[in-house]
Amino acid sequence: MSAATRGSTADGGRVEVAKTLKLYVNGAFPRSESGRTVPVLDARKRIVAHASHASRKDLREAVEAASAAQPKWAAATAYNRGQVLYRLAEMLEARRAEFASLMVSIEGRTKADATKEVDRSIDRCVCFAGWTDKIAAVLGGKQPVAGPYFVFTMPEAMGTVAVVAPDEKPLLSLVSLLLPVVAAGNSAIVIAPITGKGANAPLAVALAESIATSDVPAGIVNILTGMRAELCPWIASHREISGVAGARLPDADAKALELGAAENLKRVHLFRDAPGFEDDAFWHSPFAVQPFVDLKTVWHPSTLH
Amino acid sequence: MTIAPLSYAPAPESVRPTLKSEYGLFIGGRFVEPKSGKTFRTINPATEEALATVSDAGEADVARAVDAARKALPKWSKTRPAERAKILFRIARRIQERSRELAVLESMNGGKPIKESRDEDLPLVAQHFFHHAGWCDKLDYAFAGAKPQPVGVCGQIIPWNFPLLMAAWKLAPALACGNTCVLKPAETTPLTALMLAEILQECGLPDGVVNIVTGGPDAGRAITALAAKGRIDKIAFTGSTEVGKAIARTLAGSGVKLTLELGGKSPNIVFADAALDQAVEGVVSGIWFNQGHVCCAGSRLFVEESIHEDFIDRLRNRMRSLRVGDPLDKNTDVGAINSKAQLATIQRYLKAGSDEGAAKFEVDCALPKKGFWCRPCIFTGVQPSHTIAREEIFGPVLSVMTFRTPEEAVQRANNTTYGLSAGVWTEKAARALEMSNRLNAGVVWLNTFNRFDASAPFGGYKESGFGREGGRQGLSAYVKLGGGR
Repeated sequence: MSAATRGSTADGGRVEVAKTLKLYVNGAFPRSESGRTVPVLDARKRIVAHASHASRKDLREAVEAASAAQPKWAAATAYNRGQVLYRLAEMLEARRAEFASLMVSIEGRTKADATKEVDRSIDRCVCFAGWTDKIAAVLGGKQPVAGPYFVFTMPEAMGTVAVVAPDEKPLLSLVSLLLPVVAAGNSAIVIAPITGKGANAPLAVALAESIATSDVPAGIVNILTGMRAELCPWIASHREISGVAGARLPDADAKALELGAAENLKRVHLFRDAPGFEDDAFWHSPFAVQPFVDLKTVWHPSTLH
Repeated sequence: MTIAPLSYAPAPESVRPTLKSEYGLFIGGRFVEPKSGKTFRTINPATEEALATVSDAGEADVARAVDAARKALPKWSKTRPAERAKILFRIARRIQERSRELAVLESMNGGKPIKESRDEDLPLVAQHFFHHAGWCDKLDYAFAGAKPQPVGVCGQIIPWNFPLLMAAWKLAPALACGNTCVLKPAETTPLTALMLAEILQECGLPDGVVNIVTGGPDAGRAITALAAKGRIDKIAFTGSTEVGKAIARTLAGSGVKLTLELGGKSPNIVFADAALDQAVEGVVSGIWFNQGHVCCAGSRLFVEESIHEDFIDRLRNRMRSLRVGDPLDKNTDVGAINSKAQLATIQRYLKAGSDEGAAKFEVDCALPKKGFWCRPCIFTGVQPSHTIAREEIFGPVLSVMTFRTPEEAVQRANNTTYGLSAGVWTEKAARALEMSNRLNAGVVWLNTFNRFDASAPFGGYKESGFGREGGRQGLSAYVKLGGGR
């Protein structure tokens, strides 16, 4: 039985200890400051838990934590970031059965289908553990300029990036958008939906717990369970958020993000041309990372004359 | 100004590795008795005490290892790259877990200070596996459009100066690209490679994917001979230029893929505008790191004439605080010479230096009674024609020369058949970059020396060999491009 299901007294009279689903901000698990929750229904429409319904203020607090943590994460060696992401894969693997059972109980999917998504998600994490120290080799390099200058172009993290998950594949969509963002040295605010077809708030919380027990520093990944349509305009207008990663979003949310971003020119990348999340060739490529780095070109004379 | 030698209480490393008294050859996933029936004792060069008995592979043993690698190839080369990656990641993690034990064993078998094996060798070994684990499923980005394929069975022959690190430099990229391997550790330093064999088993690397044959030069020759007969597809060798050339002769016309990482006589160039104390540290680590048993050692020091006296004074002062002795003492800077034979070679060069007219200065320190030891020393007044300015010594011996102009520095630095590394010390960035353009070396260190990283390609120009190890470029040695046949 899933940890998120309430359980009854049927099992020898023992009452299951139900989990309170909370947000994940700055390495801790606070409730929404708004005090709002929404019921989480299982596949048979029974209420099995209540998810925190994040507010604009929760978003602001998460951004504050993410911005404060990001410089140190970006300054860590790429090798170190790779090891941390690998550690995250180890933690995800440990919760493999839990993720799958949440997909089965909440979304009503078959175990085989759920397991496939979980395994692909974990393997994607391993893949990005291997990207951190190779992104610069693939996306940057020395430029053969027509003059006596030593010129090189290097990718740099842009800061804090909002990850807006769509209504499908609750684990795979989330990690596919999150991993490129943090692999490059950004911090992330993840918005995980709490209503709609693909919503699975207990799973988002389980992911937060995996992250909390990995070596990912506090504040680098923050997970807000909430209403996407409500939060998108605030994300778009927030000046401390440097980028947005999203995919397969409803038109209204996409427009809200781009409209707000037009005022501050944050980079909104919605992967409109990308294939579905099962496509390893695309989602394992450095071109999933490219939208979330800025490129810096450095010039220096290469002669004293 | 002179500083009295500092005395430190000994701080011996207390961890002891778990060693078996005898080791077979690691073939097809298990340790087997050598068909040759021959064994030899491997010793601690700091004490001359035997550590273990290891197998001396003969031709039949090498052939058996090659067969095991050939048998494992089809399955391993077709294993999904992302799954190969997981095994390599595991290996990296397990090496990190056992790194203290491996570091101690490396120091016991090779003589290098524990400070170095613990802080330099082992972290780099783990990083090399980790970095290459990540490449397994990304080869299409390293060789865009060129359809990289595994080469096949790789014969890899490594030296005794960085035994485990060289094993990692050879095995990690080969495995990442889907090849299988026969690795021959150096005769004097087989033990950490054998411990690595245990780790590979623990981590679920399929049997036969890596085979480790211990032995002397004959085992190495057996590997290249089998390659020449078409039973090995790629040879990677790190060692002396002389042996590298012999291998190239053996393989000529065979079509076997070859990479060679050979000797060096690398220049370390100090300009008058350098941060001098920082440069002194760089010169010290450049030549006395690992007793000078470093192919890219900065063994020729070129100092701008105007600061020559001052710089040599600073260098001599710094040398007086080098601590020479027990490799397992955490304070030790310079450990034991790797073998009796190498000590004899170094002593021949010391004699040649003095005989040809250079002036020697050496650290005045007591040496242990047993074991193989050489005091760190410098020769001043060295002429470019002197033996010690031309030939690789592979010991703690620095040849000092001067220059007046950058032009002269470049000309003298490049006046060698080697081209492995070069160091430049100057606070002017444009000068540093100009020098890096003009020096004929595969690695140029600006205001630093002896830096290594799994992501940074390492390898030589000219007679220092060809091919790179590390980074995207290092993968080239282990792939066939164009889709293969």
